Amino acid sequence: MLLEAPFTEKKIRALRVGDRVEITGLIYTGRDAVHKYLHDGGKPPVDLTDSIIYHCGPVVVKEKGKWVVKAAGPTTSIREEPYQGPLMEQFGIRAVIGKGGMGPKTLKYCKKVGAVYFHAIGGAAQVLAERVVEVEGVHLAEKFGAPEAIWEFRVEKFPVVVTMDSHGKSLHEQVLKDSTRRFEKLLG
Amino acid sequence: MPGKKSGVDARVLQENLLELIRRTSTQLPSDVVRAVHQGLRREKKGSTGRYALEVIRDNIIMAKDKSQPLCQDTGVIICYADLPDWCPESTFRKAFEKAVIKATKVGYLRQNSVDSITGINSGNNLGPGGPSYHFHPIKGKSLKVRMMLKGGGCENSSIQYSLPDNRIGAGRDLEGVRRCLLDALIQAQGKGCGPGILGVCVGGDRGSGYIAAKETLFRELDEKNENPTLARLENRIMKEGNGLNIGPMGFGGATTLLGVKITHRNRVPASFFVSVAYMCWAFRRNGFMMSGSGRISRWLYES
Ligand code: SF4
Repeated sequence: MLLEAPFTEKKIRALRVGDRVEITGLIYTGRDAVHKYLHDGGKPPVDLTDSIIYHCGPVVVKEKGKWVVKAAGPTTSIREEPYQGPLMEQFGIRAVIGKGGMGPKTLKYCKKVGAVYFHAIGGAAQVLAERVVEVEGVHLAEKFGAPEAIWEFRVEKFPVVVTMDSHGKSLHEQVLKDSTRRFEKLLG
Repeated sequence: MPGKKSGVDARVLQENLLELIRRTSTQLPSDVVRAVHQGLRREKKGSTGRYALEVIRDNIIMAKDKSQPLCQDTGVIICYADLPDWCPESTFRKAFEKAVIKATKVGYLRQNSVDSITGINSGNNLGPGGPSYHFHPIKGKSLKVRMMLKGGGCENSSIQYSLPDNRIGAGRDLEGVRRCLLDALIQAQGKGCGPGILGVCVGGDRGSGYIAAKETLFRELDEKNENPTLARLENRIMKEGNGLNIGPMGFGGATTLLGVKITHRNRVPASFFVSVAYMCWAFRRNGFMMSGSGRISRWLYES
């Protein structure tokens, strides 16, 4: 299904675990440095109300004066577990995109504020880079370096799967539970 | 001409090594591609697991067509070289390092080497311990080079067990090894970009065990283990591992594993290590055979 900006609470609340979503609109990259910075009271350089944050350290190069994305796969999200939920609440972040899923704290905030976790396919750097149609800006690059900066990506049909929704469901929790049960059975 | 003294044209060697790095970073070996397709046939139509494999399949095609990295994490560079008389270690190192610098400049490799004390990125993928070389002088005439790029996500999912391990009821026998391998899959879920491949060493010390576990990943996925006991264990883990329903990317599904490769080393009586090198689907390995004239006679893994 298509998810187009603006990313309102209503649209996000309508999503369920397992939904395949193609995102069109503006998203912001942010990984460890950005999360820590915001958590420590840093001012966000862009308005994060109803925004989507992408856990990604892209490879971006300047070609003929324009930024071009060479690779843009997701990075492991769980490192942001301590910060993610509170930041969602404080700034109105509606969704994060990453890989590997996040924990119970983030899941709780998803429910509370009306947000979701989107899982992108890990390692699919080329497929995902192609859906970034334009780089509209970059912030905090001098401070954190290019991979850790906030990049404004205009994406078109960016493919993700909802693995944590705003109704308290987490695919990661389900798979872990189910696989652990099977594992214990195999061990006898 | 530089390099002539040692009997090999250094420039040709360097060009060949750059091409090796390009192919390794942008193309998956044919046995891995076959395994991805097998996985696709196994997953239910319309399932999330199958969808993940479809994106992976498209990404494999696109990276090759565009000659760009399969994954943005181009990983640690592991290089094995069997060196004949005409190719001394110093000559090889110099050529490989130049090829790595060039490959980083043109974007086949990401700037991926960070000083562990200062945190500074060397910017060219060179630094203490990197690339990680394994040299073997040989009597034969051909230079054999194999390399692997192993990303951080999957390397972080590698794990070493010291048996007995009470948590999983693993004793010092093959049943204990089996328990470790299934546990390793449970631990790695959602972390190492599955479906994954397990490179395993039973025995050795903590260092040699991990090295052997990684080295066994150079064997092709569909190649049968010469040791019948280990061949049986590999098959069993494939079956049981895929039955855990972890699936591609940890979304659930029947493809948790693309392969299992097990090797063994002797151990001291007091120790029993099981070292598991976890590899992600972006299983980048390649290699070639090169003659003294500089001609590449064969690419490995392209059958
Ligand atoms: S685990 Fe593999 S596929 Fe995933 S990001 Fe790391 S190198 Fe890429």
